[in-house]
Amino acid sequence: MIGDFIATTGRNRVVPAPVLEMHESELGVQAIIDPYARGDFFLSFGEEGVNLEEGYITFTALPGGIVAKGGKMRSAFGKVNTLHNHVLPWIDRPLVSNNLVGGEDGIDDAGFSVTRILPAPKSLFLEATGQVFRGDASDVFKNSQRRDVSVVGHLRGYGDISESTNLDLGISYARGHNDFGSTFLTNLYGVDATLRYKPLRRAIYKSFVGRGEFIWSQRQQPAGIPCAVGACDSGIAPNFQRAFGFYTSADYQFARRWFVGGRLDRSGRARDARIKDDGTSIVLTYWPSEFAQVRGQYRFTRYGAPFETGAPPGKDDAHELLLQLQFSLGAHGAHPF
Amino acid sequence: MEHTHFRKREIMIITSAWRAAVLVAAILLFPSFAAAKKLNVVTSTTDLAALTQEVGGDKVNVEAIAKGYQDPHFVEAKPSFLLKLKNADLLVSVGLDLEIGWLPPLITQSGNGRIQPGANGYLDASQFAEILEIPQGKVTRAEGDVHPLGNPHYWLDPDNGRRLAKGIAGKLGELDPNDSAYFQQRFADFDKRLSDAEKRWNAEMAPYHGSKVVTYHRSWPNFAKHFGLDVVGYVEPRPGIPPSPSHTIDLINLMKRENVKVMLIEPYFDLRTPNSIASQTGGKVLVMTPSVGGEKGVEDYFKLFDYDLGLLKQAFDSVK
Repeated sequence: MIGDFIATTGRNRVVPAPVLEMHESELGVQAIIDPYARGDFFLSFGEEGVNLEEGYITFTALPGGIVAKGGKMRSAFGKVNTLHNHVLPWIDRPLVSNNLVGGEDGIDDAGFSVTRILPAPKSLFLEATGQVFRGDASDVFKNSQRRDVSVVGHLRGYGDISESTNLDLGISYARGHNDFGSTFLTNLYGVDATLRYKPLRRAIYKSFVGRGEFIWSQRQQPAGIPCAVGACDSGIAPNFQRAFGFYTSADYQFARRWFVGGRLDRSGRARDARIKDDGTSIVLTYWPSEFAQVRGQYRFTRYGAPFETGAPPGKDDAHELLLQLQFSLGAHGAHPF
Repeated sequence: MEHTHFRKREIMIITSAWRAAVLVAAILLFPSFAAAKKLNVVTSTTDLAALTQEVGGDKVNVEAIAKGYQDPHFVEAKPSFLLKLKNADLLVSVGLDLEIGWLPPLITQSGNGRIQPGANGYLDASQFAEILEIPQGKVTRAEGDVHPLGNPHYWLDPDNGRRLAKGIAGKLGELDPNDSAYFQQRFADFDKRLSDAEKRWNAEMAPYHGSKVVTYHRSWPNFAKHFGLDVVGYVEPRPGIPPSPSHTIDLINLMKRENVKVMLIEPYFDLRTPNSIASQTGGKVLVMTPSVGGEKGVEDYFKLFDYDLGLLKQAFDSVK
C-alpha cells in the first residue's frame, strides 16, 4: 500500500489544486497465478472514489519469447504514461502529459498487449510492443461503438554505453477515436529518451537521470467558424488540430538520501493547438528510508489561456509550492527503472 | 555405363555440397547448435556464477547479472540483462528476498518460460544453505529492511559454498542428464579442493578466534560464524538505514568499551563514517569484498576467501 499526501500553496487560477489532499492511496496485489502466468492489480483510492488503475494477467511462458497481457493496463505510449504516481521523479505530471495524453489517468484502458524482444546486434536491446484497447482513455480516446478500438505501438531501443551509463530510446504511436464520435480520430506520436548514470560502486549514493519526451497530437474535430484563441465554444477549435508538447528533466542524487532535479515543460493543447502552456519546476527529494519519501517542488506555469468556457482569454501565471509525503507499507516492491 | 557412374558421382557431389551448405548456413544462423549444446546459465550474483563454473566446467556458459563490487540489494533492472535471461536454460538466484527489488521484473519480462519461478530452469540456491538470522516472531520495518526469511549473505561460509555447489551440480545434471556424471565429478573435485583450502583457512584464522569486529551491514554472519569472529555492532543503526549521529556515538562508545579495533566494510559503502569512527577508537577500517569480482584478482570462490582472510590477518596483527 502506498500513500501519497500533497500540500499545495501559492497562486494558480487556471488549475487550482486543494491546499491539502490525500491525493492517492494505491493498493498493489501481485502474485504468480500458475506456472504460466502472473497477475497484477493496482487499486487507487482517491478523494473521488476507488479506481482500478490496472488489473491484468501476464502470460510469462509463451513460445517465441512473447510476453502477453490481458486486462486493464497503462498503455506503452512513451515513458511517463507507463509510470504510476509513486515512481515519478516529480510530484505532478508534465504539462504535455496533461494536455495531450490524458494526464494522471493517461491512456489506461482495457485490452491486450503483446511484447517481444527483437533480434538486434549484440549488446543492443530492441523490444516491440503492440496493444489493442477498447478505446476509452481519459479525454484522449472515446469509444462510441464496439469497433472504435484504439491501438498503441512502442519500439524501445536500449544500450549500455558503459557499465555505469546507459541510453534508453523509444518511439510510440497511438490511434483512437475521440469524443466527437466514430468518424473523428486522434493520432499521437511520441519520442522519448532517457540517459542514466549510476556508478556501480557508489550506486546507492550517486546517480543522474536525464530524460525528455516529445509528443505530437493530431486530432480531428468538426469544422466550424474560426474563433479567437482561448475563446472558442467549449475551448475547442475547429478542424484538424496539430499540437506539440515536450518536457525535459534532470535528476541528480548527491547523497544517499538526497536528490535534486528540474523540469522544463511546454505544450500546446489538444483541442486548440494555438494555446500553449509553459512551465518550469525545481524538485528536492529526501528519502528517510527506502520506504518513505518527502519531496518539495516549486512550480511556475504560464498558461496560454484558461480552461473554463467563458473565462476571459489571455495568459495567466501560476507560482506554486508543493509538498509531498509518500510512504509504502507491505512487501518490498520492485525498484523503478 | 561409365556415363551413368559419373552422373551418380556428380549427383552425390552436388548433394554433399548442398548438405554442407545447409550445415554451414545452420551454424551461421543458429550458432547455439554449433556450440555443442552447452547449458546457458545466468546467476544473480558473481558468487553463484563462480560456483556454477566450478561444477559446470566447459559444459556451461555462465554469466552473472550483478557485479561483485555492487550492492546486490540495489541492482538496476536494465533491459540489457533481459538479453542474457531470454536464452538462459537455468537461472540461479540467492533468494531470501535479496534480489526482490530487481530480479522479479526481469524474469517476467524475459519472455523465457524455462526460468520462471517454479519452472525447471529456476533455482533458488538458498534451499541448499544454512540460513542464519531467521527472524522470530513478528517482523516490522521498524527494525529496518530485515529479510523475513533470513540473512541472504549465506555464501560467505565455505560450508555453504560446498552445499550450493552440490545443489547446482544436481540441477545441471537434471537439465543435462548426459553430462550428469561430469558435473558430479567436477563437484567431487571442487569439494576436495575446498576441504583442503578450508583446513588452511581455519588454521590461519585460529589465532584470531573470538576476535570482536564491527561490520557496516549485516553481510557477514555466516563468515563470522565459520571463522569464529564475534560481530558486536554495526555501522548501520538498522539494516538498510544509513548511520545516524546518535547511533555512531553509541557505536564508538561500544567499540571503546569492548576494545574493538577492526571494522569490516563492503566496497559499495561510503567510508566517511567508518573512518571517523576508526579515528576516534584507534580502529582499522577494512574494505572486504563480500563477493567474487569485488576486487581485482578475486576471480573465483577460493580467491574470495584468500583475499578477505589475508586482509583480516593483517588487520588483526596491526592492531595487536
